[in-house]
Parts: sequence; structure tokens; C-alpha cells
Amino acid sequence: MDYVRIALPKGRLLSATACLLKETELEFKDYTKDTRAYRLKSTKLPYLSAKIFQEKDIPIQVAVGNYDLGICSLDWIEELLAKYPTSALLKVADLEYSKGNLYLAASRYGSISSPQELSTEQYSWRIVTEYPNLAEITALNLRLRRFRIFPVWGAAEVYPPENADLALLWAKDESEIRAQSLIPLKTLLSSNAFLIANRESWQTKNVSQIIAYFSQGLEMKNKPWLKIKTDVARSSNSFRPDFNEEKVWLALPDGHQQPPTLEFLNKTDLKLQGYAEDNLNRRPHSNLDWVDVKVIRPQDMPLQVANGNFDLAITGKDWLLDHLCRFPSSPVTELVDLGFGQVKVVAVVSQNLPVTNISQLQQVQDSEVSPLRVASEYINIADKYLRDNHVSRYKLIPTWGASEAFLPEDADLLIENTQTGKTLAKHNLKIMDTILQSTACLIGNKNSLESSKKKRIASLVKIFRRAVENN
Amino acid sequence: MTRQKCKGARDLLPKDTEGFRYIEDIFRRSCLSWGYQEVRTPTLEYLYLFTAAGTLTPNMLSKVYSFLDWDGWSGERVVLRPDGTIPVARLYIENLSRQEIARLFYVTNVFVFEDTGKENRERWQYGVELVGSDKPASDVELIVLAIEILRNLGINDAQIHLSHTGVLKALLNELKLNHGEETMLLDQIFDGNWQALTEVKPINSEVSRLISLFLDLRGKTSGFLENLKALPQIPVALKPALDNFSEIASLLDALSCKYQIDITSTRGFEYYTGLCFQFSVKGERVGSGGRYDNLIPLIGGKNKPACGFALYVDPLANFIQPQAKRKTGQEILVRCDKTTPDSIKTSFQLAQSLRQAGYVTELDFSGRQSDERWIIAIQEKTPLLLVIDQARNQKKEVSSIADAIKMVGN
Repeated sequence: MDYVRIALPKGRLLSATACLLKETELEFKDYTKDTRAYRLKSTKLPYLSAKIFQEKDIPIQVAVGNYDLGICSLDWIEELLAKYPTSALLKVADLEYSKGNLYLAASRYGSISSPQELSTEQYSWRIVTEYPNLAEITALNLRLRRFRIFPVWGAAEVYPPENADLALLWAKDESEIRAQSLIPLKTLLSSNAFLIANRESWQTKNVSQIIAYFSQGLEMKNKPWLKIKTDVARSSNSFRPDFNEEKVWLALPDGHQQPPTLEFLNKTDLKLQGYAEDNLNRRPHSNLDWVDVKVIRPQDMPLQVANGNFDLAITGKDWLLDHLCRFPSSPVTELVDLGFGQVKVVAVVSQNLPVTNISQLQQVQDSEVSPLRVASEYINIADKYLRDNHVSRYKLIPTWGASEAFLPEDADLLIENTQTGKTLAKHNLKIMDTILQSTACLIGNKNSLESSKKKRIASLVKIFRRAVENN
Repeated sequence: MTRQKCKGARDLLPKDTEGFRYIEDIFRRSCLSWGYQEVRTPTLEYLYLFTAAGTLTPNMLSKVYSFLDWDGWSGERVVLRPDGTIPVARLYIENLSRQEIARLFYVTNVFVFEDTGKENRERWQYGVELVGSDKPASDVELIVLAIEILRNLGINDAQIHLSHTGVLKALLNELKLNHGEETMLLDQIFDGNWQALTEVKPINSEVSRLISLFLDLRGKTSGFLENLKALPQIPVALKPALDNFSEIASLLDALSCKYQIDITSTRGFEYYTGLCFQFSVKGERVGSGGRYDNLIPLIGGKNKPACGFALYVDPLANFIQPQAKRKTGQEILVRCDKTTPDSIKTSFQLAQSLRQAGYVTELDFSGRQSDERWIIAIQEKTPLLLVIDQARNQKKEVSSIADAIKMVGN
């Protein structure tokens, strides 16, 4: 029997996928919401194993042949195919759950109400999205004469109208789009969860037994997995837009960095309403009427500050460095080291690999035929690190979190952040090199420090600096 | 050995390069003699130059090599030049727009992704652009120039196919589609899918008969176009384009230039507004061109009519007879086995004198075998030089560089 590997999704699709697998009796032990395991064994088929990935990584992992089968939503499949139409990817079955659509949307407070209006203007449209490849094709097909795409890690809905003209985003239905104060201009595709296969695997391996479980599930009368609500923590985004050009725009982080940021802000004179963990408003209200605040992903902040979309932002030095590795002459600069949020960006390999530093790895690599596989969230830091260390042949695998699961099967080297190193050790990984000691910092744009807003920016910087000094 | 060349990329070996240069020299000489001036544009351009509506189709744009530059944080993408005409139009707007007429030509590579990797993703073309004239005679000038270049290359059997985007667009207009549908249909047609046109169901059958009259027939003289013009069901809107087409065709008739009228021969570029022409040799396309009166205003210039064409070097190189390619001159090998500064100095001096006398001269310090007829070896003692004539299998010692050159000359 052929050994078969399937990639299963974390996050949004996990509950429904787990339910489907359970009902069809193709269960995997530990495939639950709170699981800390990555590698799973099938309870039924001894030749079948699974690994849990971020949904976005699954089409890529299946297309490159690391996994024979995978389950993910159609939007991520199409995002890959938009850029790489010849990918070795087969859509095997529509699993029908987790229904939703990809929308091109504009703000209800903006001036756009139909896609036709976009193609007639000379204006350079700003499109914010987690799907940059699909966004580019959409822009071309709409015959936009000029456009710029801002790829983001999340929170696309919060950018329009002040910081982007259009957002391309996933939502369950139009009402969900409207609830974000957006108008859907065009539905690009409807997306359900799909079972996908690597083309080569499909042509050479016998996976019929596994497919039969899925077919059986699709034929069942009672499909409880269709009723499972996809658990997305939506935050509210109700506001009146602010086009006042003299306001100072501040970006604050969501996710892991939010609690320590909040704790820090409590020590400053900037008081916010709606920046609490349990009730996040993407546009918290500030006590200083000259400051406008939006909550976005920390990964996206340096680019947004470079663009002039935001004047100041609280992010990590890791993301600032990643940005500067990609755009060395960027106007973004660190203004205040805030001290909290300490992590190390490290180069990591498997315990089983007999190397202790990069030059040893390089020597091992020189005798190999295939290039070094490097997985990282910090794609630009990783690229520069490898270039600087004269690693001649390597392949970068961009990941969207949980990168430690990639080693050793799907990558040889990992560039990852860690607080204590405990998680890495638990996964049988070792730190080979420390690239950066990172803390949270306030970043700004050198150009806006010279603008008409410079006094206001300087006073906000001072508020932060004072809080750090009093600590 | 593992192959390290990029998929879809190509090395030009000395023999290939020689062929390319031969074509290029003839192309340049012909263009210069018609009063055209050579320009070069950068390999990198902003992507938006090419996305402006009415320039390249979305399908073509999905195959360009675009990326963010090292300072591209604003999201503005740059692209490896996917087309030769648009950059030259930009160059004209930014530098030469005060010139009433600009006759420009260029030798350039363009980059277009091709997914099998079996065909070149980097293609070479020789282009000619005539900016500032809307006269039918200018369209004709370009066709005649292209044919002259092909003849100078020894290609006498090139076929010309004529089409007219103005006629085509006016015909599509009769289908009364909405703007979006019409653009989409036009995109498909420019990508070569004429089937799409027959799949549209027009409101009345008169229109569909008219379309098939235009699409199914091939004409060989301006008479064909006059016949079409005389049809009772020809809509008024079609007349100006047909008049223009017919006028150009009759000028070509007067010059005894043979062509075929084939509306379906239009391919590729949405920026064409009037006449379109294709050159083919033994069924293979070797060049194309046309009139693009709207391009310059579309990318931000003044209202300037223009037309141009490009010859595709890669297929052309296959049709050039090997003997017609440039012959390299007679080569002489200067051989020096000694490593003393004096001997090496002599070998350089000898080679220099031979080159001045018009010989291609190669230096050899490793004593290798050579196919060249003449080898001149540097000797340590006088007589200084040994002249070897490999063709006659003769050797003779001489004592001065002048004597050696004299011997080779005989």
C-alpha cells in the first residue's frame, strides 16, 4: 500500500472538517481546536497520516508534492492558480461546507458605487487584500488603468476609505460585507471547502479508499458538518470616515501583541475606547481629537507607514527589519523602543541534523543535489540571511504561522521567532543562530516627520517616549 | 551535468549571434536610408504604462514579468518590457513631442511568459515607428520599407495580410453589445479567438450576414473593398473606415505591391485603430504592424497619429540562407610559445600590425592546433618569425613583421 499524506486545515475550517472526518469514520486522533499536535495518525488507515497547516499553506504544500491530498477553501486554491496556473493541483471534490464568497468592495463612505466607474479614471486605485494574485487579475480584467495592490496579512476591511479605495476580501455573504460599512461591487468567486490532490500523486498512487470515505460523506442524508458555524472572531468596524489631512494616523496591533500594547498604552496619556481584547473595535476612539487610530496586523504596518497611509504604528522590530530587507531605502524608521514584546528571530534546524551553525549547514548542503528548503514567515529576513551567508541554492517557502510544523519533512531550515525556545525544543528542533533580538517599537515615516503634521506627530511620539522613560 | 539555464531562456551562440547581427545590420542600414533614427528604451518600465485601457489585453498582461522594485513600497509595480511600441511612444511624448514628425526605429528584446517553457520567453524584434502622420501614404511607407528590408535579407516571397481595426470595431458596434461585452469580445479576438465573434447572436440576421461577408472572404485588390462598400446593407458608420482601408489598398495596387485582405488576420494589440498588416514567410509570421492613433493620447501625450511595425528576429533567422549570412574575414593565428617579455611584446606588435593591415588576428600562447590557413610563430632567435601556410603545407622564416605581412598578402 502506498503511504499517503494529507494536509488538514487549522482555523476557520477546522471544526467542520473534523466533524466531516468523524462522521465518515476517517477520524484523526487529536484533530481538535485546542490541539497542540501537528502530526496526526489516522485511526482507521495505517498508511494515512496528516499534518495540520494554516489553510493558506495547504494548496502550496499539495502543489509542490509534499502532500498527496489536502483540504482547504477554494479561495486559497484560486489565489495560487491565479499566479501559477500550471500548478500540479487537482480539485477533487467540493465538500460543500464553509460557504462564502470573495468580494471586491468599496467603502460606503467613498465615492465608488459600481465597477464601471473604476476603469474610466486615471487615478491609481489602492487595493488592499489578503489575495494579491487574484487582486491583480481582477484589476486587469476590470481594465483599471492604474492600480496599486497592498497585500496584507489580515483586517483588509478596516483600510477603506481613508487608507485604500478597494478591498478584496472573503465574507460569508453580502450582509457581512455591509456590516463592515463596505459595498460589494463584484463577487469574484463562491468558495467552499475542497478536497484537493497533487496531480502526480493522483496519477501514480492508489488513494481510492480515502476518496471513498469522502464520497460516502457527500452522499449522507444528514450532514452535521454543514451546520457548524465557522468560528471567526469578527471585530466591529463602525465609524464615520475621517479625511481630515491634519489628523495623525496611528496603527495599533491586533493578535498576540495587543494585550502588552494595551497594558503599555494604559501608562500613557493616550486613552482609547474599544481597544480591549474581548470587544475589539477596529477603529478605537481616542481621547486626543487630533489622533485617528486603526487596529491592523503588525506584519502590515511598516509597508503602510512607508506608503504614508499611517504616520505612526506600534509593531515589532522583527517586522520592521523584514520590511527594510525588502525595501532598503524605505522611509520607515524606528522612533521609540517600547521594550515589551521580547522575541528572538532565530534560525532553526532539526535536532537530528548534525550541524551547529550556518556554515556547517552550507557544507552539508553543498553535497546535496536539491536546494535547501527554507520556511519562514519573515521571507525577506530569510532571503537576506541566506544571501549574506553565501548559501548558493535555496528555496523559500513562505508560511503564515505555525512554521515549526514544517521541519523536518517539508523544510530543512526555519527562520522563526521564539520567546523562550521551549516550543521549538518540544518539537525536536534546535536554534542554530540568532538573527535579531526583537521588541515592540514605535515606527514612523521620515517624510511625514517633515510634513505639516510634524508638530502633532512629535507630541504623540513624546507621549510614548515619556511612558517608556517613566517605566 | 545539471542544466542551469532558466526555463524559456536561450543562449545565442557565436553562429546565432552572427545571424542576428547580419539581419540587424541590414535592418539598420535600410531604416537609416529612409530617414529613420535609432532609439533605445530601458528594459524596466512602470506597469501602468501598459495597463492603460486599450493597450494590451488582460490575457497579455497576465503574462508579463512584473514585480516590486527595491523601492516599491508604494505598490507601484515595474515590468520587464513586454512590448516595443508603447515604450517608444512614451519616449516620444517625454522627449520629442515638439517634433512634428518622428521617424524612429529600434532593436530590442521583449519579455513574455510562455508556459510550456519550450518557446522563448525573451524575444527579439526590430521595430519601426512613424509618429505624426495620419496619411494613408504613411501606412504604405511602412509596408514598403518592411518589404524592402525582407528583400535585402534575400526573402522575396513574403506575403502581406491586411486587416483594418477601424472596420472591425465598426462591425462589432453593429452587434449593439454593452461596453463590457464589447471589450471582452475584442479581447478574445485580439487573442486570436475569432470563434467568439460567430458565437454572438446579433439582433437581426442582416448583421450576422454582413459580418460573415467580411470575415469569410479574402480579397486581393482594392476592388474587393469597393465591392463591399457598394453593398446596400453597409451601415453608414462603417464607411469612413472602409474608405481609409480602400485608399491604402489602391495605393498599394499602384505600387504593384501584392497583398491579401483578411479581416481575421488582426492579432495581439488593442492599441491599433486603423490598418493592420502581417508579414509571413512560408506560412510563418515574421512581422506585423499597424496604425495606433489613440495610443499616444492614452498614455498621456497630445493627440498624435502614429503607425509602426516590428519584424520578429527569431523566425526570420530561420529563413536567412547560410551563405547569405555575413562571412568572417580570413583569420591569422599568431603563436608564441615563449614566456619572455620580449617574445610576448613581439607577438602583440605583430598582431597589431596584422590587424591594421585588415586581418582578423588571434593570439595563442598555448601552442594549440588551429584550422586557420596562416600561423605565424614567434621564434626566440633570428630570423624572428616562422610563417606557416597550412593550405599549401609550406613554411618560411622571415626576419621582419613587414615581410610576414607581405607573405600573407600573396
